[in-house]
Amino acid sequence: MSSELFTLTYGALVTQLCKDYENDEDVNKQLDKMGYNIGVRLIEDFLARSNVGRCHDFRETADVIAKVAFKMYLGITPSITNWSPAGDEFSLILENNPLVDFVELPDNHSSLIYSNLLCGVLRGALEMVQMAVEARFVQDTLKGDGVTEIRMRFIRRIEDNLPAGEE
Amino acid sequence: MADAALFEFLHTEMVAELWAHHSDPGPGGQKMSLSVLEGMGFRVGQALGERLPQETLAFREELDILKFLCKDLWVAVFQKQMDSLRTNHQGTYVLQDNSFPLLIRMAAGLQYLEEAPKFLAFTCGLLRGALSTLGIKSLVTASVASLPTCKFQVVIQKT
Repeated sequence: MSSELFTLTYGALVTQLCKDYENDEDVNKQLDKMGYNIGVRLIEDFLARSNVGRCHDFRETADVIAKVAFKMYLGITPSITNWSPAGDEFSLILENNPLVDFVELPDNHSSLIYSNLLCGVLRGALEMVQMAVEARFVQDTLKGDGVTEIRMRFIRRIEDNLPAGEE
Repeated sequence: MADAALFEFLHTEMVAELWAHHSDPGPGGQKMSLSVLEGMGFRVGQALGERLPQETLAFREELDILKFLCKDLWVAVFQKQMDSLRTNHQGTYVLQDNSFPLLIRMAAGLQYLEEAPKFLAFTCGLLRGALSTLGIKSLVTASVASLPTCKFQVVIQKT
């Protein structure tokens, strides 16, 4: 029962946001923003519980995201594919997305990125470990695709800003 | 299987977002936000109730159902049992949780007393929704005297 609590609550949230905002784009933005707010706090919980050390490169980061984080919080292990030649982009392939159990997109919400909260969470969490990334859905089973695919792109490392006067 | 922590993070963010969106400065504003959260909890509670194994639905008495909420439902949702259940045997029940998980992250005592209702609305709806699926119409309210202890009052509505 508890495994469905998150999924059901998420569904109720998306439903409410669709009522509160006039168009899908605004709902997508709101989901991303909420995800970001969750991500910046979730990272502490994750680091405390997983005991992973600092990642040395984006490939390690990808592994930790797929094999540790997704497993810990959503009970699934997405596969990592489609690395860019420069090693700064990869895809997470979710065979099944627990958020969309029991969900169907009505016709008038074709632009809705239902699981967009996840993109915000990834972005917020990684920002807290000094990585600016972009996360976006490129395939979605809710829209008829065979799998759900999140594309992750490394933008830049975020340098710590030291206060003036410190070396 | 989604981790309990994820639900708690989502709940906190939902409260923040819906509070900001649905509040207006007038006296009706606060009530509207609480009822939006309560309504969401109700739908989730109904859905959870529908997923219960059939045996649990063959309750003999109203009190059994309340005990079920205090044990099985609470454990499934919050990984702990309700700490006490009292009733006047006339359709009113008071369920007390001495360390309610959705209030735990806030400082104990009286500092956040004013904020507490926002964090209880969804759960009140959850209880009301689960009861509804079990065939019981109710009104559920919550009160906090001192965080993180809270009481849920369930008043059965006779149809």
